Amino acid sequence: MTEQEIIATANKALAEEFELEPDTLRPEAGIYDDLGLDSLDAVDMVIVLENAFGFKLRDEQALRAIRTLADLYGFLISKKNESTAATPGAATSPLPGE
Amino acid sequence: MALKRVVVTGMGAVSCLGRGVEALWAGLVAGRSGITAIPALAQVMGLRCLVGGLAPKVDCRDIPRQRRRTMSRMSFYAVAACREALDQAGVGPDICGSGRLGLALAASAGSPETYEEFFQDYLQDHSIERTKSTLFFKIMNHSVAANAAQALGVKGRVLAPAAACSTAGQAIGLGYEAILLGRQDMMLCGGADELHPLTVASFDIINAASTHFNENPTQTPRPFDTRRDGTVCSEGGGVLLLESLESARARGAHILAEILGFATVTDVTNISHPDASSIETCMRQALVTAELGPDAMDYVNAHATATESGDIAEAQAIGRVFGQATPVSCLKGHLGHSLAASGALESIALVRMLGKGLILATRNLDELDPRCGGIEHVRKAVSRPLERALKNNFALGGVNTSIVFGRHA
Repeated sequence: MTEQEIIATANKALAEEFELEPDTLRPEAGIYDDLGLDSLDAVDMVIVLENAFGFKLRDEQALRAIRTLADLYGFLISKKNESTAATPGAATSPLPGE
Repeated sequence: MALKRVVVTGMGAVSCLGRGVEALWAGLVAGRSGITAIPALAQVMGLRCLVGGLAPKVDCRDIPRQRRRTMSRMSFYAVAACREALDQAGVGPDICGSGRLGLALAASAGSPETYEEFFQDYLQDHSIERTKSTLFFKIMNHSVAANAAQALGVKGRVLAPAAACSTAGQAIGLGYEAILLGRQDMMLCGGADELHPLTVASFDIINAASTHFNENPTQTPRPFDTRRDGTVCSEGGGVLLLESLESARARGAHILAEILGFATVTDVTNISHPDASSIETCMRQALVTAELGPDAMDYVNAHATATESGDIAEAQAIGRVFGQATPVSCLKGHLGHSLAASGALESIALVRMLGKGLILATRNLDELDPRCGGIEHVRKAVSRPLERALKNNFALGGVNTSIVFGRHA
């Protein structure tokens, strides 16, 4: 999955769940200030993204620091890379510590 | 402290006869039944009642997402009914948010559809990691009341008197008392429920659901009829906007009816088997609060769910209070039993009957059960001036309610 595909997957999940217009999903958009999500939405955002990407995002310190979509994309890209790297037999970078 | 007079200035309905009070009234006057075969019920093992009354789909996309996300279908019905009542009364967001307007609205249980969705997922692996934040707001006991208040910006008192089939009766009564005492100027009062196989099963399991008319759905339920075999569940929402006479006059509002009295009592003889004495007490207490005698009532709108014992007990009680002097009918034959909504939908029809001078007949009452005799059953619609009428609702759990309505000249 390329970075663009990760961003597109995240945007699709967010647009569907929170009924957002695609043109509002700009990297600089504030998740709370600009897109209008609140604390309940933040819970559900994690669930829909976990469902879209197939890996766990909960209890992440990093999640609490996310303010913009760009922050979110960066976080998802790093998580996706970790997830890919941790998959046995994955033909990508070596596992941490190796 | 002088008690306020309480009037009805708005009404809203979603029922198996359609969306809106006009659709409800037109269906009732035409003698239509809203009961149909429901294929989904036939998929439930052991369920014998396969019919019910479904409300039309209510499109609530105009409710902002963050207000709508915590709503199940029953809240959509409630909000649609509230909006219709407010529109009719000419009450806008300024009054809703003034604190002068409150709300008494409930369902018989938290959203069964939501419970089913949750447990279908949860029982796979006993995980809550896929459970969304909005779940609890759809199943909490005051879900309908809280969601309607949030959607409409109601800042006055919000009450959720869940009492199964007496829910709306109690809601109207609580709203009436809140205005009577001067605590609120207006109250949106009623109930809502969504039909689910569990709802039907609840009655079927205790042998209180109709099971012999699956091929002829419109012929059931059959209140007071010899061939009645139980109730038929339906769904929807009904709301009446109650207002102090003072407030209504000051606004120049059109007054639809007046509430003259209310009583609620509890039958503790049995949690499911109604007792005529308790029903009699309830009606008599309502008349006392209205400071009126039985002879002042021109009509009684019965609860009459078409169960074996319920109809007999109610007919006996009505006979003891009113004898054969007062016409009696009920609307379950048209509407089925919409549980928490039923008292409100039937009260809306009662208010219309008072206004029009028309008593609607009991649908499907073809051959009177002699055990339900001794009272004046209305078997064909009657046009006559009506000044006052009494409305009954009774619930599993022994909660009885009676309300006295009056035509407002």
